[in-house]
Amino acid sequence: MKIHEYQAKTILRRYGVAVPEGKVASTVDEAVAAARELGGNICVVKSQIHAGGRGKGRFFGEVPDAEVALAAAGHPAPGPGGVRLAKSLDDVARHAASMLGRTLVTKQTGPEGKVVGHVYIEAGCDIARELYLGVLLDRATSKLVVMASTEGGTEIEEVAHHTPEKILKVWVDPLVGLGAWQARQIAFGLGLSGKAVNKAVAFMQALYRCYLETDASMVEINPLVVTGSGDIIALDCKMAFDDNAMYRHADLESLRDLAEEDPSEVAAGKFALSYVKLDGEIGCMVNGAGLAMATMDIIKFKGGQPANFLDVGGGATQEAVAAAFRIITADPNVKCILVNIFGGIMKCDVIANGVIAAVHEVGLKVPLVVRLAGTNVDLGRKLLAESGLDIISAGDLNEAAEAAVAAVR
Amino acid sequence: MSILVNSDTRLLCQGITGRSGAFHAKQMLEYGTNLVGGIVPGRGGELFEGRVPIFDTVAQAKAATGANASVVFVPPPFAADSILEAFDAEIELVVAITEGIPVRDMLPVAARLGGKSRLIGPNCPGVITPEQCKIGIMPGHIHRPGPVGVLSRSGTLTYEAVGQTSALGLGQSSCVGIGGDPIIGTRFIDVLRLFNDDPATECVIMIGEIGGSAEEEAAAWIKANMKKPVVGFIAGSTAPPGRRMGHAGAIISGGEGTAETKFAALEEAGVFICRSPADLGKRAKEALGA
Repeated sequence: MKIHEYQAKTILRRYGVAVPEGKVASTVDEAVAAARELGGNICVVKSQIHAGGRGKGRFFGEVPDAEVALAAAGHPAPGPGGVRLAKSLDDVARHAASMLGRTLVTKQTGPEGKVVGHVYIEAGCDIARELYLGVLLDRATSKLVVMASTEGGTEIEEVAHHTPEKILKVWVDPLVGLGAWQARQIAFGLGLSGKAVNKAVAFMQALYRCYLETDASMVEINPLVVTGSGDIIALDCKMAFDDNAMYRHADLESLRDLAEEDPSEVAAGKFALSYVKLDGEIGCMVNGAGLAMATMDIIKFKGGQPANFLDVGGGATQEAVAAAFRIITADPNVKCILVNIFGGIMKCDVIANGVIAAVHEVGLKVPLVVRLAGTNVDLGRKLLAESGLDIISAGDLNEAAEAAVAAVR
Repeated sequence: MSILVNSDTRLLCQGITGRSGAFHAKQMLEYGTNLVGGIVPGRGGELFEGRVPIFDTVAQAKAATGANASVVFVPPPFAADSILEAFDAEIELVVAITEGIPVRDMLPVAARLGGKSRLIGPNCPGVITPEQCKIGIMPGHIHRPGPVGVLSRSGTLTYEAVGQTSALGLGQSSCVGIGGDPIIGTRFIDVLRLFNDDPATECVIMIGEIGGSAEEEAAAWIKANMKKPVVGFIAGSTAPPGRRMGHAGAIISGGEGTAETKFAALEEAGVFICRSPADLGKRAKEALGA
């Protein structure tokens, strides 16, 4: 689960990680009031969306569509972005008005962009250096790794690609925690000196504790700023959490912004279905994540395009199967549905009954290809055959994919 | 011969009275697995299905039954603790089926790997040696004894490989689902090494998926060490970057972990590449020269 920058900074503050003063606003008036309350001569107006690259993003309706497309490709023409400096309350009002309700397109949002519902008004700060700091899981070692680089403001993937030697890493022993000595290795490696070293160590240890205690899956501070007076501050923050741990963080669950998620994915989540919408025309319903991906792959291999990833899971009920069917059929791009079930825990008769119930409820306007195998396969096939529904039955994966692709031709 | 489990395996089941634990314990008994005990704290002394003794702790169960393996069906909030309990009792093989264990809980488990216990999973279908021992949730009836070792990060896609090799009359030596989570106890290389040394295995089907770099590491190992043909498939060629595809570990991040780079690494290692998941059995047959 991802959250917004302003929410992440509230959490960081709670753990003693230094962040600039700031306030969130959802209207122009609120933005101006927030800036007035912050005081100072300068502040920053920041669009809040679940994607990075905001500064180099461009808004639909503010610049020509061709320039928006350039921003999506990561090569923006000069112009106003999703993060802007304000030197007066008038500036704040003007910037907030041009951001709120508009669609911001960045390299990370995709060409369709994301609607800005909130802006974050943040006090300006005196930037001496911009660095990068992140915490994430290193799967190769099964340990958390703290990563830093002197190339603040640049995407870490790019740094890793072009100048991997500029990335510093320390791996954390979970039974010990992040040692001050490890944090010092990074601080000195970044070229910090004097009191900035200890401030950076405190910052990193607080950040590590925050990551662990909130069950984060990713925290990225980019840029991490060294101020003119030697303070260490998180100027931007991206944060995401381990979905598997949300049961013990009711407070974090409330930070979820459903407006940032695809409505059909939200609906799927309510039935514990794992669904990802894609752009193709063959809707898929499969049990198991690996088989669900493989089903998409074989559709492509046979010359078709999958409309979605959908894993009904191992213990899905008839109701969940029916819900899955409704979600797939609600996608207007879907011209054929392929159900591919290899029953292990999942019994083929449960799937068959779910599909039959769903078709009776929502109707069937596109061809339906069903391939069943594994537990209770004979019962499942019998139920479908006796249902009187117009179903194309496939004996194996190959046949199923070919039938689905042929049906949309 | 086989790997990891055989007719001498004496199995415990942690969480044997839970909904899925009870269901699959029965299935394992029906398959002929030597299930010698269950663990449910507070219910020691009872019998499961009138014949399998239940114990309060893994240590007690091991002492009473001489068990050398344990399967974990405990729900996610308590599963990591159950794995650590099995480690502490020095159970040789611990198979964690549970899906949805938080990464934070698995970090200390990972730090304790390399001791006397081997962990398979979590979030995996389990391990089976056809007609000898089934530990996990796979449908037993699709398996046939034979020369193909099956190794996968996925559950149902493993069944696909099993179904195809059985249909072609090849059959399997052993099948191992290593799990779809970002932190797992046993990796591709560990199992490849076992298959390499197993006389009953003549060929291996390895099924990977997007995310992480375990397949690339396996490819390098295969190139340097593997004496037997390997058939390889990677799920997720059509998956968009940055999206978690069901499995917690199946995500392309920062351009890393794509199906293309994994296919390329396997191809470079001399693996029989399988572009279509419907051709796993066919490619295994080719690899065996049968």
